[in-house]
Amino acid sequence: MNLNRIRAIIKKEFIQIIRDYRSLALALINPVILLCMFGFALSLDVNNVPLAIWNQDKSQISTDFIMNFENSRYFNVVGYLDSYDKLQNYIDRKKAVMAMIIPKDFSKFIQSNQSAPVQLLVDGSDANTATIAMGYVNAVVAGYNVKLIEDSTSKLGIQNLSPIDLRPRVWFNEDFKSRNYIIPGIIAMIIMMIAAQLSSLTIAREWERGTMEQLISTPIRRGEIILGKFIPYFIIGFFDVLIAISMGQFVFHVPFRGNLVLLLIVSSIFLTGGLAQGIYFSIVAKNQRLATQMAVLTTFLPTFILSGFVFPIYNMPKVIQIITYVVPARYFITILRGIYLKGVGLNILWIQILFLLLFALFMITLAGRKFKKKIT
Amino acid sequence: MITVKTQNLTRKFASLIAVNNLNLEIEEGEIFGLVGPDGAGKTTTMRLLAGILEPTSGEGWVYGKHISKESEALKDNIAYMSQRFGLYEDLTVMENLNFYADIYNVSLKERTQRIERLMSFSGLSPFTNRLARYLSGGMKQKLGLACALIHTPKVLFLDEPTNGVDPVSRRDFWQILYQLLKEKVTIIFSTSYLDEAERCKRVGLIHKGQLLKCDVPANIKRERNVDTLEAAFISIINESH
Repeated sequence: MNLNRIRAIIKKEFIQIIRDYRSLALALINPVILLCMFGFALSLDVNNVPLAIWNQDKSQISTDFIMNFENSRYFNVVGYLDSYDKLQNYIDRKKAVMAMIIPKDFSKFIQSNQSAPVQLLVDGSDANTATIAMGYVNAVVAGYNVKLIEDSTSKLGIQNLSPIDLRPRVWFNEDFKSRNYIIPGIIAMIIMMIAAQLSSLTIAREWERGTMEQLISTPIRRGEIILGKFIPYFIIGFFDVLIAISMGQFVFHVPFRGNLVLLLIVSSIFLTGGLAQGIYFSIVAKNQRLATQMAVLTTFLPTFILSGFVFPIYNMPKVIQIITYVVPARYFITILRGIYLKGVGLNILWIQILFLLLFALFMITLAGRKFKKKIT
Repeated sequence: MITVKTQNLTRKFASLIAVNNLNLEIEEGEIFGLVGPDGAGKTTTMRLLAGILEPTSGEGWVYGKHISKESEALKDNIAYMSQRFGLYEDLTVMENLNFYADIYNVSLKERTQRIERLMSFSGLSPFTNRLARYLSGGMKQKLGLACALIHTPKVLFLDEPTNGVDPVSRRDFWQILYQLLKEKVTIIFSTSYLDEAERCKRVGLIHKGQLLKCDVPANIKRERNVDTLEAAFISIINESH
């Protein structure tokens, strides 16, 4: 390894990156766009579920029951209607996700100690929201039931009707904000984006433009070429990680409970593996378009879909779950959330870190072996 | 002293035999012209000799180094200029020169002198800060040669360097080459222009991967009893069919 030659390649790559303003923009602006899109737009939180109500009963009790929804931050009562047609119209037009019909004998049933039927129409076209919203309704109804029973039994002198008093306390993401677990995951996405869209081009571009033929006729070592091409993208990727961490902190106020140094080290390991993977495809494809496509398919997409970044792995079919074990981002996402939200360190995360390290070494070896200073 | 030697050097691509049992010997300080029609195997020969293409069979040595087993050590002694422009179009003339000077580990002191000399040789001085992309065809080739000469190669491989280059630049180019010959550099030059082949000390005619003739131009013409190499080669190629 000759430092002069490595430095020459690094310098050349940087000049080329800076002169090709599109790739520079790609490297520096895309992370910010990605963060904004996921941070501001993507929310898996279900709040203010629009609810339409047809209260046929209009009694003191039914109004009291409805107040439980009015006062909840999870619901937004968008209209009190008086026919099925109107309810249907609200749901069709997405003005309401749920419609509740309180029958006119509601209070009579309750007063005569009978179960009062309440119909709930749910727009199931967005299954995820519907499930969560129904959970909220169940909770409100259950709470109201307990209150009604307690009201009637207290008259009889019976006090404790709910023997189990559940007191949940949520750890790590107390407010269930989806942003808090999505933003840390974006670091993985950004790193893989750099790997897939930039490092996959470096070697292929030289073959395509004919500059590689010239370069391989010189005494430069293979490792010097690969390292010289790796370092500039590592610096850019590392810079992007810093952007992501800062924006998470100052724009999105994601809690950061762990060790920043550990986060930077692990990010560097993951970045190394990703870049090596990009470079590997650049070597294999010798064609920029093909290299990028192969890299996107094997780095960016699995990171997005199979890592648990947005889609929970335990919901996936068993076969897919098994596949996720070879997706490095899966381990990195676990590490990111561990450091960010749980504040855990090396003693808990060492297995995941070890896997990332092995993956990076494997990809470097693979790329190093594949690259030949020969025309094929 | 023999600087380039091949023994039954062969390279196949699938069913095509690009270079077929090539036997060559080139003397130190000689300018050797490899001529032949397009697709004859000139580029493949150049690449094999420069150590950037593996031979299918046969042997070859350049400046004492085996072209396959010692291809990396071989690269210390040679300079190779590919047929297609191989420099970075998005780098300036000076950046390209400095890049190759770094790659060859040329010391700063030597580099300054050499760049100055190469610049005045080639007439590139006014364009030092121009991106290589914006150079004319002739200028590009002269820059390619300048980058190849930034270290002091013992053997210089030039693959059709004057293809598509205007007559004035071509003359400049040859002047640089003659200068190098005085310094005992061995030059292997491929071309499809036969007037250029006339200037070589010896020429090898390659056709369909085979070396049909290898001699000094005067001998070849005398043997065929014609005035020009062109006429001699056409007659040799026709005879080979």
